[in-house]
Amino acid sequence: MSDASSTPPFISLADVTKTWSSGSTALDRVSLTVAKGDFVSLIGPSGCGKSTLLRLLSGLSPLTSGRITVDGMMPDAAREIMSFIFQDATLLPWRTVLGNVELGLELERKSTREQRRAKCTDLLKLVGLADVANHYPRQLSGGMKMRVSIARALATRPKVLLMDEPFGALDEMTRDFLNEEVLRLRDNDQFTTFFVTHSVAEAVFLSTRIIVLRAKPGRIEREIPVPFPFPRTAALRSAPEYLALVGEVSAALRAVKALA
Amino acid sequence: MKKLLRSAGWPLGVLVAVLALWQGACIAFKIPGYILPAPPAVCAAVIERHESLINAFRITALEAAGGYALSIFVGVIIAFFFAQSPVIRRSFFPYTILLQTVPIVAVAPLILMWFGSGLRSVMLVAFIICLFPIIANTTQGLITVPRNLVDLFMMANASRAQVLLKLRFPHAVPNLFVGLRISAGISVIGAITGEFFASSNAVGQGGLGYSITYANSQLQTDYLFALVLTASALGFLFFFIVIFFEWLCLHHWHEAAMKPEAE
Repeated sequence: MSDASSTPPFISLADVTKTWSSGSTALDRVSLTVAKGDFVSLIGPSGCGKSTLLRLLSGLSPLTSGRITVDGMMPDAAREIMSFIFQDATLLPWRTVLGNVELGLELERKSTREQRRAKCTDLLKLVGLADVANHYPRQLSGGMKMRVSIARALATRPKVLLMDEPFGALDEMTRDFLNEEVLRLRDNDQFTTFFVTHSVAEAVFLSTRIIVLRAKPGRIEREIPVPFPFPRTAALRSAPEYLALVGEVSAALRAVKALA
Repeated sequence: MKKLLRSAGWPLGVLVAVLALWQGACIAFKIPGYILPAPPAVCAAVIERHESLINAFRITALEAAGGYALSIFVGVIIAFFFAQSPVIRRSFFPYTILLQTVPIVAVAPLILMWFGSGLRSVMLVAFIICLFPIIANTTQGLITVPRNLVDLFMMANASRAQVLLKLRFPHAVPNLFVGLRISAGISVIGAITGEFFASSNAVGQGGLGYSITYANSQLQTDYLFALVLTASALGFLFFFIVIFFEWLCLHHWHEAAMKPEAE
């Protein structure tokens, strides 16, 4: 729907179904197309399969039936252009901040150590972590760890970013700050994003589209477009149209929770 | 460091008290020197025979260190193998427990029979006794990597070798050190036990274990005590070398690196 031209959509999910070995259905015939540069938030009650959807997109879990293509590739093959940001920062505790950010490039084995070092040092400057480049994760706060995790995900220059409730464990101020940070980085890199969250305010602030899922089985209940132009700033949070949309999405979320 | 000195005060106090009691008992009960030599007699034996003590110390240290080093190398490789699949672990792990349950004094005569006496046989005894803690602890660390970290490596299309060397092994290093601490102490026990059976008896080739049997047969109880002290010193030395390396490798990133393990 967002892509009117004849070229195939950048990401497409067609009748995607995931059934666990226990027999319960996590996702039931989910179809969705996503254009390049979209920021899609997935929101819904727990058990609606939103995290499962990310795992299917990343190829970390196999589909039961249906089809997913990312930039014309199956999820397994598309991993090279995707990065996953997990719920916790998942940093390697034995590596410094710089070492962690270098990990993706190092595993690719396409660059020399010097190239990686230079590239990642620049990236750390961009995300404001240059002073802690040689710190170990245990010396950092939760918010800083998450920023390292984001920097690590961006180091390989992904076209698609899959974020699974990345800011769920952070306090509100840190979360707001990181939301703005994500938008700033998106202005730079123009990655396409899938973002799983429980926070309506966060979804409205970040997204171009919000997908509301219902649970048991997981299905797309509603899609709500977010029309606010980019770049967005913190000022948006007090705009009446923003608050109205937060109200609308909250109501939609309450409605699907009542279904379950 | 200041804390360390302060905490060393108490055990030193205990040492002084024990020495005083020991000396007191020797005088009060008129215990003959060949049953229980008084502390000064043991000191005298240490000073008088320091050359043979140092020589025996060197030989036993070499045997224990050789067996220990080999057990680290072989143990880590076996742990790598075990980390490859649960089927491999289930099939082979029960047999590694044999290493722990078969009494080494029962195996030592076999080793003597098969490999003859000398340095290599003693090393082999130390190796066998050290192997299990290394395998068990390293395997534990290799297979308990958090799921998310494995997923992270999967997302990066990491190879099996990369997952092992860049994820599983570094994650297992703290566990490896638990094994290294245990094995450091028992490597000396292994070497001394090995010498009871398989030491070379050429002049100047016997280590602490061999010298202990010799001193015992000659009723040189003061020398025997000096040897036992030397053996404990060797065990301590090994242990502290391992603690030092543990600190060196882990203090940057691992919370528990400086805290003593409950044992």
